[in-house]
Amino acid sequence: MNDTYLFLQHYWWFLVSLLGALLVFLLFVQGGQSLLFTIGKTELQQKMLLNSTGRKWEFTFTTLVTFGGAFFASFPLFYSTSFGGAYWVWMLILACFVLQAVSYEYQSKKGNLLGKKAYRVFLLLNGILGPVLLGTAVGTFFSGAEFVVNKGQLTDVAMPVISTWASPWHGLEAAFVCWNVCLGLAVFFLARIQALLYFINNIDNAEIVQCSRKHLVIETVLFLVFFLAFLIHLLLADGFAVDPETKEVYMQPYKYAMNLVEMPVVSVVLLVGVAGVLYGIVRTILSAAWKKGIWFCGTGTVLTVLALLLCAGWNNTAYYPSIADLPSSLTIANSCSSPFTLKVMSYVSILIPFVLGYIFYAWRALDLRKISEKEMEEEDAHAY
Amino acid sequence: MIASIDTSLIDWSRAQFALTAMYHWLFVPLTLGLGVIQAIMETLYYKTGNEFWKKTAQFWMKLFGINFAIGVATGLILEFEFGTNWSNYSWFVGDIFGAPLAIEGILAFFMEATFIAVMFFGWDKVSKRFHLASTWLTIIGATLSALWILIANAWMQYPAGMQFNPDTVRNEMFDFWAVTLSPVAINKFFHTVLSGWIVGAVFVMGVSSWYLLKKRNVKLALESIKVSAVFGLVASILVAWTGDGSAYQVAQKQPMKLAAMEGLYEGGNGMGLVAIGMLNPDKKSYTDSAEPFLFHVEFPKMLSLLAERDVDAYVPGIVNLIEGGYRTSKGTVALSAAEKIERGQIAIQALADYRKAVKDKDPAAARQARTLLDENFAYFGYGYVKDSADLIPPVGLTFYSFRVMVMLGGYFILLFLVALLWIKKNKFADARWLQWASLWTIPLAYIAGQAGWIVAEVGRQPWVIQDILPTGASVSNLATSSVQTTFFLFLLLFTVLLIAEIGIMIKAIGSEELKS
Repeated sequence: MNDTYLFLQHYWWFLVSLLGALLVFLLFVQGGQSLLFTIGKTELQQKMLLNSTGRKWEFTFTTLVTFGGAFFASFPLFYSTSFGGAYWVWMLILACFVLQAVSYEYQSKKGNLLGKKAYRVFLLLNGILGPVLLGTAVGTFFSGAEFVVNKGQLTDVAMPVISTWASPWHGLEAAFVCWNVCLGLAVFFLARIQALLYFINNIDNAEIVQCSRKHLVIETVLFLVFFLAFLIHLLLADGFAVDPETKEVYMQPYKYAMNLVEMPVVSVVLLVGVAGVLYGIVRTILSAAWKKGIWFCGTGTVLTVLALLLCAGWNNTAYYPSIADLPSSLTIANSCSSPFTLKVMSYVSILIPFVLGYIFYAWRALDLRKISEKEMEEEDAHAY
Repeated sequence: MIASIDTSLIDWSRAQFALTAMYHWLFVPLTLGLGVIQAIMETLYYKTGNEFWKKTAQFWMKLFGINFAIGVATGLILEFEFGTNWSNYSWFVGDIFGAPLAIEGILAFFMEATFIAVMFFGWDKVSKRFHLASTWLTIIGATLSALWILIANAWMQYPAGMQFNPDTVRNEMFDFWAVTLSPVAINKFFHTVLSGWIVGAVFVMGVSSWYLLKKRNVKLALESIKVSAVFGLVASILVAWTGDGSAYQVAQKQPMKLAAMEGLYEGGNGMGLVAIGMLNPDKKSYTDSAEPFLFHVEFPKMLSLLAERDVDAYVPGIVNLIEGGYRTSKGTVALSAAEKIERGQIAIQALADYRKAVKDKDPAAARQARTLLDENFAYFGYGYVKDSADLIPPVGLTFYSFRVMVMLGGYFILLFLVALLWIKKNKFADARWLQWASLWTIPLAYIAGQAGWIVAEVGRQPWVIQDILPTGASVSNLATSSVQTTFFLFLLLFTVLLIAEIGIMIKAIGSEELKS
């Protein structure tokens, strides 16, 4: 394998990890949905909450779609194996996101068939299930999944499917693995923390801000319990290593801890990320006037998740291990696209900073004026 | 785990994908068409400073927003169903097919997602110029999104720019431009997007006509009709032109689809195009002697002209395509279906032999198997086909859908022309028959779009990738009951949301505030 191909594989794993990290940050939209009835005591307050995070739902949605598209383009064997196998987990996640897509727009509209309350309950459901399921699914990157890949199967005319799932639960079995659920709950509480920080930053209403600050403490405690439990387990656990010469997958003690040692830059990214998350939260709790916690916590989230995903795929690690058939485990080398496709896609990826630039510009332009009661009561304004 | 692919699993997977795609295509065309119309209206506001155009644009944007959300939702499911339900397909051609999807996400979806928020919520927060740019960028993003997914779809109909790699057991891209700029892709993009413009124009004209029938919002209605009728006429003429191009491409690349579109069993020189006709339900097989039609009226020699640009050219029918032996337009003698199936089986066996030889470290045997595979790979997918008859798509559905699409396309041109004429004479506001016709044309625009996709997708069966991979070999290894469950789940979900969307639309259109 030449160096360019090796570089492209690592580059695309970085990009996919970055998209995954951005997705976890943008789950603050889901976090906001899960807090709709907790923070919003009156109809007006609920409307402000909906319009705060609701005006960003498209970003979460688009990032999920792009995450899927990028995975498909760069690591198609993951796409075919995981989506075709862990059918029920992905279908549940998709169903949640479908409900979200329409619920913001439809909930306040006349003639919406189900009534306002139903759509808000849909948002609540998506706010809880979306992050938990996504976190649980990502947990399988470290704990493994039950699949078998046999490319030679394509020559069996009667049964040519190359990826098969070994569990009849088709992905739901991931929810019975304690550490997957632990990560799912950590992602869920992190999403809620970010939502609270975003409310504080984005809504011009003293009562909502005060209530958000109050809830921040308990959500932080719960997040730390699950996140630290997962992190400590990860650092102590055996990991799925790949022999760089034979490409054989084997279990290596402390693999993920070793990855951090052997990739010091990733360790620094992880530490800076965790520090950013904690700084954003703690300073918001301590300083009543400070409202920029979301940006520190958000940046920290992106860095933390990025570091964890890099840990899963780089440094000769199987990022999607098979616990049903270890040799079937997916690595960035055996599941990636051809050198030509990765190269073409890399040219396209040069445009990503430009995309991030206009997102930043438009986001800032809209957020310069905070969500206020006055805006919600204006008849002409388009609001959820 | 199952030992062989169950045909009911294939059918249910097909049904689920068709369900999602058909629901998705209820919402996307309106987004594409209405998006441009509202952007034109906002441009008029920007140019003239007339508040009327701002209010008008905002009104149509409100309907755009209701429709947009559910279009996005169904699109998400569609993208992931490539993986969930067609996992073999995802690996076999993911190296080519995944790229347009990723580019769609990076270049189109983010543009759409970013600027739609400014379009809806930025009226008083950003400058007029920035807002107008956002409105245009929203629809440009949506159109770019259509471009990339249609490139991907066109590649399935006409696979180009790729080669099979037996070591990775998949097709790999070697020419990006052959994929993106294939004549099928270009035609498909313009034909499909322009058909969305027609839906947008018909929708605006129909809703505006309802206001005229109710004597409400007369100015908004008449001005909207002016914009949409011009827009719709241009779009519908271009759709007819690109439709002709699409049919030519089908004739060249998918002759079986063309034969099904025409109900043509026995081909020949100087073939006529069926204008109207009724298929004979007693014709059960391509081998029986029953006549294909109970009755039909043809345009003489037009099918030859459409397919080969020559009124006397030979056009093969279903029987000819199955039996082979005729001379193609390229001068070669066509293989029979049985010969193609045999060559496909040779290709599949050669792949198995190649993999075994590589594993056994036998380079000579590997080279020999590779040569055999390369020589026969063009027919690889035929190796999975059990019976020649399986190569024939459902003729009735394809034939009638094609006629519905073409006839409605002609009707739209006529409607827009008449509407423009009546506007020019200042008679539209009083022509209740024309207002009723415009209103009832709304569902017809959707039917035309659905019929078009039925022709494109049902007509290409049994292929997912033309000649390379049949639908049956593309499917995920799932329990049929799982797919049945998600099918009914999505059917229920999409139907409830569609009813909700229509309800909200009707309320929004009929809302009190528009009276002023």
